[in-house]
Amino acid sequence: MRILIKGGHVIDPGRLNGPADVLIENGKIVAVGQKLDPPAGKADPSTTIIDARGKLVLPGLVDLHVHLREPGFEYKDTIQTGTAAAVAGGFTSVCCMPNTSPVNDNQSITEFILEQARLAGNAHVFPVGAITKGSEGKELAEIGELRHAGCVAISDDGQPVMNSLIMRRAMEYALAFDLPVIDHCEDLHLSEGGCMNEGLVSTQLGLPGIPSAAEDVMVARNLALAELTTARLHLAHLSTAGSVRMVRAAKSRGIRVTAEVCPHHFSLTEEAVRGFNTHAKINPPLRTWQDVQAIKEGLRDGTIDVIATDHAPHAVQDKQQQFAAAPNGIVGLETALPLTLALVEEGFLSLEAAVAKLTTEPARAFGLSKGSLAPGADADVVVVDPEAQWEVDPARFRSKSRNTPFAGWKVKGRVITTIVAGRVVHDAA
Amino acid sequence: MSLKRKDLVSIASLTLDEITLILDTADSFKEVSGREIKKVPALRGKTVVNLFFEPSTRTRTSFELAAKRLSADVINFSPSSSSVVKGETLLDTARNIEAMQADIIVLRHPDAGAAETLANGVKSSVINAGDGWHEHPTQALLDLFTMREKKLNFKGLRVAIVGDIAHSRVARSNIFGLSKLGAEIRAVGPPTMIPVHLDRLGVRVYYDLDEALRGVDVIMMLRLQLERQGRALFPSIREYSRLYGLTAERVRLAEAGALVMHPGPVNRGVEMAPEVADSFSSVILDQVANGVAVRMGILYLLSGAN
Repeated sequence: MRILIKGGHVIDPGRLNGPADVLIENGKIVAVGQKLDPPAGKADPSTTIIDARGKLVLPGLVDLHVHLREPGFEYKDTIQTGTAAAVAGGFTSVCCMPNTSPVNDNQSITEFILEQARLAGNAHVFPVGAITKGSEGKELAEIGELRHAGCVAISDDGQPVMNSLIMRRAMEYALAFDLPVIDHCEDLHLSEGGCMNEGLVSTQLGLPGIPSAAEDVMVARNLALAELTTARLHLAHLSTAGSVRMVRAAKSRGIRVTAEVCPHHFSLTEEAVRGFNTHAKINPPLRTWQDVQAIKEGLRDGTIDVIATDHAPHAVQDKQQQFAAAPNGIVGLETALPLTLALVEEGFLSLEAAVAKLTTEPARAFGLSKGSLAPGADADVVVVDPEAQWEVDPARFRSKSRNTPFAGWKVKGRVITTIVAGRVVHDAA
Repeated sequence: MSLKRKDLVSIASLTLDEITLILDTADSFKEVSGREIKKVPALRGKTVVNLFFEPSTRTRTSFELAAKRLSADVINFSPSSSSVVKGETLLDTARNIEAMQADIIVLRHPDAGAAETLANGVKSSVINAGDGWHEHPTQALLDLFTMREKKLNFKGLRVAIVGDIAHSRVARSNIFGLSKLGAEIRAVGPPTMIPVHLDRLGVRVYYDLDEALRGVDVIMMLRLQLERQGRALFPSIREYSRLYGLTAERVRLAEAGALVMHPGPVNRGVEMAPEVADSFSSVILDQVANGVAVRMGILYLLSGAN
């Protein structure tokens, strides 16, 4: 089983940025280089040729933050539909958060997720285990067992660990496995009852606000604990200028921290909530123009390592409620790539840097052997038409859910072909 | 004349002309309530449903009287005890009511935006009778009606709104309305009760009540939600009352003839001294009376019955 991707522009961040062919055999990258066609007369009919002229050929994208909703909330998405959305959006590896029901705080759940992912046969799935049992913030989960079962990081996700001592112990304990500890930075007292950014729009709409400080104080705490414990800290979906500033300072002091932002946090502001638009209800909330600028600046100067989606599917009936009652979340897997490429268009990122934040950088943050086209690597490849313009139509999403604030947006950059371990799993050609 | 809109969900979405039209229409209905036979046939055959997800006596009664004086059929529906418990969503509840051919749904709901969400989901007209901290447009319209009745003109009118601005839909609706009408708005309260960026809505913010009251034409007191004590918004009712309670002495800081308003129900001795509530300056009962006329005007204009 051979695939030859011919004539494309290959971007393998840090290794290659130029025209090249990519040859895949038995699920692995065999060669990346010029003119990899078999010699004339020796053409092998079992070789699939993919014509990538005018296209970008990238390592399959890696998403450190998705919610696949299974087990427990299969009406929103399943591992099957969530990973179908992933490959449609160019993501060949996704890390799924533990806030399922039951919570992924033990080996059985982790194994179930991995088995469902194998049966689905779409993207690689890397489970993230819980920090505490039931994500209740009280007792540590069996982190060693989770690691052994296949978890690549730990997080209590939307139920952030408020007790600083528990967080300290979790970070210390995770050191034994060099496991990244992820925190959704939110002081639950400061954010209590809030459902959007605290600012001009919340004042006008009379919606309870969540101040930036709810995120900032927890970023500060986590950085202090990372310094104390030397643990690997990964900060999820940062949304404020203050967070970016603190992470920048921490990195310059050598603290081991990586940080991610989501496309909605650099594409939208709190203004999107006007009209009580529940598709713009997300936690952390959409912030202000100043925060968006700070995030883009953080991406540019490397303070922010990773772009992740926080793909959070919710059914129509979940979102079709008054604002306060609707759950937080946006589906992101099928819109992340063009929204990231828009930063290239705006001049904030080079194309290679943008690709790195979706491939090599996330792989490095969690120590995944993904996000590269090096010979011998798993053949996870995505072919992208960077010029293709299209309109976001939620009805066409592979995810079961349609909750996006980007419906109707005209975007540029389309995934044409997605290959996972040498198998074409998505083909829009 | 008629409102060219299906719903009334906020003051923020009304134009100046629409506000004036509502106040003028209310003017013509005010006389009806003074008649021996307090009824006109304007809404005969129409059905008005009061859908109240929060307890309310005066607003619901006021809407009910307004609808009845226009000869509409009115039913009161308080789902708190039935469908909500059974897990029915707001939209489903409302669609059931709509299926029974309700022409106008009057909604009171604890969540901001509920009226707008409902208005987008049903064909019936929706009137917002208060949604969370967002808006209470009919209250503001009756407040504006009362101010106009007593003061004639809004241009340059100085209005102090006193109390928990952050959590008050009455304050928000009045701020939006008064700023459209050209009044000068002062908001007064402890910093914990002033929402962020309020100054950007054209409001001057004061923390000192005496300073804020100097020279104002209207003093609008807000009800202190006593249950908010313990939420660290104010230390005690005693201290709140001392700093932000309206006394007869403080009323004298305002312009002579200043109006004292309150959306009710008054916590006597907390935000307002009893003698102020009962004083000549107080127009609290005028507000209640005008509420019926204003709501008649709104029901009439939305029903398209002209």
